[in-house]
Amino acid sequence: MSCRVALEASHAVAEAVRMADVDVIAAYPITPQTHIPERLAEMVADGELSAAYIPVESEHSALSACLGAVAVGARTFTTTAGQGLELMHEVVYVASSMRYPMVMVIANRALSAPLSVWGDHSDVMSVRDTGWIQVFAQNNQEAFDLVLWGFRVAEDSRVLTPVMVNLDGFTLSHVTEAVILPEQEVVNSFLPPFHYPFVLNPDKPATHGAFAAPDIYTETKISQEVALRKSKDILLQGWQEFGDMFGRHYRPVEIYRVEGAKTLLLTMGSFTETAKMVIDARRDRGELVGLVSLRLWRPFPFTEFRQAVKEADTLIVLDRSISFGGQGGPVCSEVRSALFSEPKRPVVVSFVGGLGGRDMAEEDFGYVLDRGREVAAKGSPELFETVGVRGEVSGIRDL
Amino acid sequence: MDSKLIEVRWHGRGGLGAVTSAELIARAAIAEGKYAQSFPSFGPERRGAPLQAFLRISDEFIRLRTNIYTPDVVVVIDPTLLRATDVTSGLKADGKIIINSKKTPGEIKSEFGYNWTLAVVDATTIARETIRLPITNTAMIGAFLRVVDVVKLDSLVEQLHERFGSRAGGNIDALKRAYDEVAIME
Repeated sequence: MSCRVALEASHAVAEAVRMADVDVIAAYPITPQTHIPERLAEMVADGELSAAYIPVESEHSALSACLGAVAVGARTFTTTAGQGLELMHEVVYVASSMRYPMVMVIANRALSAPLSVWGDHSDVMSVRDTGWIQVFAQNNQEAFDLVLWGFRVAEDSRVLTPVMVNLDGFTLSHVTEAVILPEQEVVNSFLPPFHYPFVLNPDKPATHGAFAAPDIYTETKISQEVALRKSKDILLQGWQEFGDMFGRHYRPVEIYRVEGAKTLLLTMGSFTETAKMVIDARRDRGELVGLVSLRLWRPFPFTEFRQAVKEADTLIVLDRSISFGGQGGPVCSEVRSALFSEPKRPVVVSFVGGLGGRDMAEEDFGYVLDRGREVAAKGSPELFETVGVRGEVSGIRDL
Repeated sequence: MDSKLIEVRWHGRGGLGAVTSAELIARAAIAEGKYAQSFPSFGPERRGAPLQAFLRISDEFIRLRTNIYTPDVVVVIDPTLLRATDVTSGLKADGKIIINSKKTPGEIKSEFGYNWTLAVVDATTIARETIRLPITNTAMIGAFLRVVDVVKLDSLVEQLHERFGSRAGGNIDALKRAYDEVAIME
């Protein structure tokens, strides 16, 4: 029997890692991720989880230790946030390029300066192009589920790519709510033991991550790119099997009340849930609005995304980070480019909001819907608009 | 908005257990099969500094993931906060305010002019006499449960056993005494 318990999202992640029976955890605590390594260290110390917990002196070392662990075939987990992910950055590329499967949870946090411990998506966007599979959780249950799913798909011999599970710092990481924990046996049947096919072994010496001259570097990178794109089918299959086994179904692009919608709002992460309430309220008033959220960010689900938005007149994208000097938000930029070659495509309107922990209340989502449609009706000349920003910022609109 | 949704804001100081209060009630509600969320005011926490904690309880899954701006109930676990912070900010017109104070509800009402249902309990004295510490959170949970009939007292007792183990006894006494002693003025 599964059981329904109250868990903070951070502790739900730790439970998933425990049930996945990991062999090695190497992590450095940083707000707002701290409760995850804290709980895992406690589990290891109390004998609830038989794993090596490696306390390291930095995030760079945390992920480096994980590389070594995977190389000898260990199921491996790490977690970080914000500045920690930045310090880890160099090794983030190495993990995916060496095709070392593992799961890393990011409790999404803003980047300095000015110093902010609060949530936004600046950290994950800075590693967008590092070659990891990247997904977003919207609530505590999803944080738990996506960690289990992450190990399953990362370790698939056709994938062998690390998975990054994003959960919003504080607005998810520090919230306690109900989570359904499955039976260990069900987890075991979903997640078979890890058999890394290229285990380092002194009896059969091999080199991982060797030097690559110009005559081979391109081929290694393109093979990585091909593998990441091809992994999508396995990711979907993993979600299908997860749904069959646990009764909760996940899709690369989640849709909500999109039937006949003229206007769609696009969100990622925990903001999606509040946005659903606003969509419900607007639908009750007869407005033809719906919601699209990207669960899978990399590899980008082009087919599913185009399918989801093709009937809409207006697509309003809400980013939680800025691409400085670019089109505004990195998600909007991606979405615009994904639609550019489509014969019929919605007008795309870009908003940035929720930076550095700034709350987005229901009224703020309402504003985004109203203002987005107003801008679209005028032909969308504006680059992007920032929700609720104060001061002399009108220059952005004039671009 | 789900009409059955109850939103509660706790005002405390770092170390007094406001965050734990919200969490224990959420846990008890979830154990009863309800839906609940608890979360702290996000950011660095310092012992003694004013802080808030939040609690939502509903019969349905709670999607709202914002701060609580218009609470149904406000709980003030340290009386000095009545002057230090705007504890009634956004409190709904038909809302309730529960205060730890040695004063009577009438005295508080004439001092602050509150027009909400007012409940007062001397949680500091109760805490000193039960757990021998001026930590008022478990007593304030008792007062809350009396004023807001949303979670059973027994469900909380179970949570206190789970959380405090061998030290649960004093906390259960504090919970029950405050439940009995809280003075309510509609």
